[in-house]
Amino acid sequence: MTTWPGSNLPTGETMMMSDIQLTQIPALRRGFRFQWEPAQNCHVLLYPEGMIKLNESAAAVLTEVDGTRSVGAIVADLQARYPEAEGIQEDIVAFLEVAVERFWIELR
Amino acid sequence: MNGSGSSFAKPGYEPGPPLWLLAELTYRCPLQCPYCSNPLDFARSHEELSTAEWIEVFRQAREMGAAQLGFSGGEPLVRQDLAELIEAARGLGYYTNLITSGIGLTEEKIASFAEAGLDHIQISFQAADEEVNNLLAGSKKAFAHKLEMARAVKKHGYPMVLNFVTHRHNIDNIDQIIRLCIELEADFVELATCQFYGWAELNRAGLLPSKEQLVRAERITNEWRDKLAAENHPCKLIFVTPDYYEERPKACMNGWGNLFLDITPDGTALPCHSARQLPIEFPNVREHSIEHIWRHSFGFNKFRGYDWMPEPCRSCDEKERDFGGCRCQAFMLTGDAANADPVCSKSAHHGKILAAREQADHGALGLDQLQHRNEKASKLILKV
Repeated sequence: MTTWPGSNLPTGETMMMSDIQLTQIPALRRGFRFQWEPAQNCHVLLYPEGMIKLNESAAAVLTEVDGTRSVGAIVADLQARYPEAEGIQEDIVAFLEVAVERFWIELR
Repeated sequence: MNGSGSSFAKPGYEPGPPLWLLAELTYRCPLQCPYCSNPLDFARSHEELSTAEWIEVFRQAREMGAAQLGFSGGEPLVRQDLAELIEAARGLGYYTNLITSGIGLTEEKIASFAEAGLDHIQISFQAADEEVNNLLAGSKKAFAHKLEMARAVKKHGYPMVLNFVTHRHNIDNIDQIIRLCIELEADFVELATCQFYGWAELNRAGLLPSKEQLVRAERITNEWRDKLAAENHPCKLIFVTPDYYEERPKACMNGWGNLFLDITPDGTALPCHSARQLPIEFPNVREHSIEHIWRHSFGFNKFRGYDWMPEPCRSCDEKERDFGGCRCQAFMLTGDAANADPVCSKSAHHGKILAAREQADHGALGLDQLQHRNEKASKLILKV
């Protein structure tokens, strides 16, 4: 993966104003598992009796979510990997907001 | 018997992968719920797959793309090799779900399953009220034990789904049911009005709630949803209405043989849990590979695509949305599994659904008239 697909990140219809701080640490909610599914050729988020297929951008962000690194560190890492991408920080924060709103991840 | 070489695959039709694998490990169960989805003649089947046979099923289905695995039954805890099966499945990359009544569960087992890699435990309740719960489950101690186990599940760090099968005798307690689930810290709550298959179909006249009961229950559920959302509470309430009150049928199983693969205790593979009652030959994992079963078997291709549909489905512009509804319901209510699901108001048999609604308003059966699901009743049914 060399280009940042960016704009196809899922966004919520009723998104709140950003209250995510760069110092906060995102972690997958208990019972949620992120993994690559060869048969579907995509990353998925698995949870009790359910599965969400993720697009490449969402997968790129969730790959970085390990429960130890901060939002700021994740943004810096993805910026370094996709130096051409404009507005990548806004994209990442927007996705994390949706993920928090849907209770996929928690912020510490 | 189809030889492994023959294929009933429909030209030009590519089924989706069997993402959901349901392993009905056993029909044995300590409870006797009158709405059980197991076949009425379950007593016919005693030859359960061995540990090694199950693990081979998991391996092959995973290769075909299965990602969610449900351990179900009967009561899956009856299987002494459950921890071993969990460990093998988790090792293959499945998200593993234990679907249990909680009877037979102990804190030691909860801990050993966690060690084996179990991802999630779902406990089913019969009602929030102790007396109704015990009466329905045919067990005096069931309720207190379920509560204790639900607390232990959370204590050991699992996400928890609580499943309440609702019907006319408990749906009026929905407020109490939701309150209990929140108190037990459930992550997901399924409030599922029972669907009329297996033993539930036999007992339909005693189970189907009235329209008024349903509307009230849904309103109370929505009030709870608003309250939880306002508190930013993570618990999600899932309300499943019985299709008897719909005018269009459900897109059953997301299409025949298109997502869901059920393996029964004796290895018979089905496209849904109740398909066994259909007069169709279904393949067995003891004779065929999962790949053959999914792609080429007669049973899994029978209702794929649209060419099998008679009218009114054949010319209907909604057929790609609902696939004509549920094949089992069509068979139970019209005698022909290819017919439109009578839930559909376009069906010539829709009157049967209207009559059931009418009966739910007047002249429904009492709790004491329900036929409990047990071996004795199953054997009697076999003889009829």
